[in-house]
Amino acid sequence: MAVTTAPGRTSRTGPVGPRPTRRGAGRVRLGEGLAGYVFLSPWLIGLMGVTAIPMLLSLWLSFTDYDILTPLSEVRWVGLANYERMFTADPSYWHAVRVTLTFALIAVPLKLAAALGVALLLNRAWRGVGLFRSLFYLPSLLGGSVALAIVWVNMFNRDGAFNSFLALFGVEGLPWVSDPDWALETLMVLAIWQFGAPMVIFLAGLKQVPTELYEAAAVDGAGAWRRFRAVTLPMLSPVIFFNLVLETINGFQGFTAAFVLSNGTGGPVDSTLMYTLKLYISGFTDLEMGYASAMAWVFLVAIGVVTAVFFSTGRFWVHYSDGDDS
Amino acid sequence: MTTVPVRRRPGNRQALRLVVLLVIVAVVLYPLFWMLGTSVKSPAEIVNNVGLLPERFTPGNYLDGWTNFDVGFGRFFLNSALVSGLTVVGNALSCLLAAYALGRLRFRLRKLWFTVMIGTLLLPGHVLIVPQYILFRSLGLVGGDWPYLPLLVPQFLATEAFFVFLMVQFMRGIPRELDEAATIDGASPYGVFRHVILPLSRPALVTTAIFSFIWTWNDFFRQLVFLSNLEDYTVPVALTLFIDSTSQSAVGPMFAMSVLSLLPVFLFFLAFQRMLVEGINTSGLKG
Repeated sequence: MAVTTAPGRTSRTGPVGPRPTRRGAGRVRLGEGLAGYVFLSPWLIGLMGVTAIPMLLSLWLSFTDYDILTPLSEVRWVGLANYERMFTADPSYWHAVRVTLTFALIAVPLKLAAALGVALLLNRAWRGVGLFRSLFYLPSLLGGSVALAIVWVNMFNRDGAFNSFLALFGVEGLPWVSDPDWALETLMVLAIWQFGAPMVIFLAGLKQVPTELYEAAAVDGAGAWRRFRAVTLPMLSPVIFFNLVLETINGFQGFTAAFVLSNGTGGPVDSTLMYTLKLYISGFTDLEMGYASAMAWVFLVAIGVVTAVFFSTGRFWVHYSDGDDS
Repeated sequence: MTTVPVRRRPGNRQALRLVVLLVIVAVVLYPLFWMLGTSVKSPAEIVNNVGLLPERFTPGNYLDGWTNFDVGFGRFFLNSALVSGLTVVGNALSCLLAAYALGRLRFRLRKLWFTVMIGTLLLPGHVLIVPQYILFRSLGLVGGDWPYLPLLVPQFLATEAFFVFLMVQFMRGIPRELDEAATIDGASPYGVFRHVILPLSRPALVTTAIFSFIWTWNDFFRQLVFLSNLEDYTVPVALTLFIDSTSQSAVGPMFAMSVLSLLPVFLFFLAFQRMLVEGINTSGLKG
């Protein structure tokens, strides 16, 4: 038939448009494709220059003994020596790993529990909710600052406000921040104090739980605890998951407060040597940038693994009410 | 029968709930008021009186703190304002461009780039700090005439994936019909951006501006690494200088400057609390 010798095929002069009828759409598409890259270009340059190339550079550096003082061209390749040293010959590295894990494993669940608890208290429509919500959120805005870390350290000093509070009950306090057994705990308290941000997210999640479910459960004779277990927790599990991933990754990266408490050393007796602080000390105090790069890569892999574990276990306990996959 | 106690309880419960909440408010706000009180205490009182209020009001701490170093704190505040202000501009501008491309336009490899962007969301900044420092230093940008370039260049290149993501999510709410109508009227993708997306994205831009200001104002790690001259220091880096001087007399001035350093964030909080609280919701959960 005549149609098979389509004129569109033979007379394809334009650069685009497989069919004449679509030519208009095709032209828009070319313009749009170009525009896409025009608009994306700052991001792409950033991705390459600020993220990807530095990452590759740091991977290479992690196999060298680079310090900032010798020029890059004279850097010595040391193979896996940095990694070997990290895992076998540097006890303070493992110490930093332990400090970071302890911090995250204790502070994150407590912070989320506080956030959820207070969110449940606030989850009613009444006047004043907005005010409470804002007040509880305030520490999340201020708490990461150097100023608040300074306040915290002084509050938990031997003669700080916390001990005078304990004295009201006849308890004699310790010099918390200079006691190796307690310094990290004061940092945990500072982290938990900032429960407002996850709380706000929990509140938004609670609003999405249909009230019919509670009513149905109540009709079935479920008490408050049972309703919480059977309705609130499963309906809230995506939000819990979101907060858990976010807060854990943030928890691994705690730096400012540990730096302020220990004046940049990780003390007392390395008790606040968070991973990022150890990395900072290796790279910028000891100038062992090759070693610090190796540490950074292990950190990146570890965070990737933790995230992957979260996502793979999430399938078993995160309940998506609108999605019917899995 | 069983419904009667259930009916009667809410009043008591509400009261109990309020009491618990007020206790939590007291615990949460105590450190802030304590900071405020300590900032106006004399050195002697800082040691002996750890209560909230000073017996003798000592506002001189503010003056002492302001002039404690060779460079006045005014300079540090200007530096912080400059860094934070330019970061706001950089983030708002570059993230909006990237979000328009990733969320609205169709082009090759868009899905791939979108996935990459999501991947960088959880990328910790600490991982990149060493090589970034080396790169910026080799370009002569660390401690040079333009000491803030290492802090600002990434912000003008949409590296803050959180804001790109936030804006993509926001743009999903802008009806596509508007783009299509503008296109039919002859608008190019640039015209659509200029006349449809840009004006309608104002709420997302405001959220981005507020958060990037507060985060940059509070940020310490990058500023600590990249700033090496005293006169270039920002407020957080300058505050740590107080810690080095352990003398008791520096505590009052240190607290005074800590209070001042939180003031901009606090004012932002007062002005935009609604937006801040809602802002962190639009970012993550509901698309």
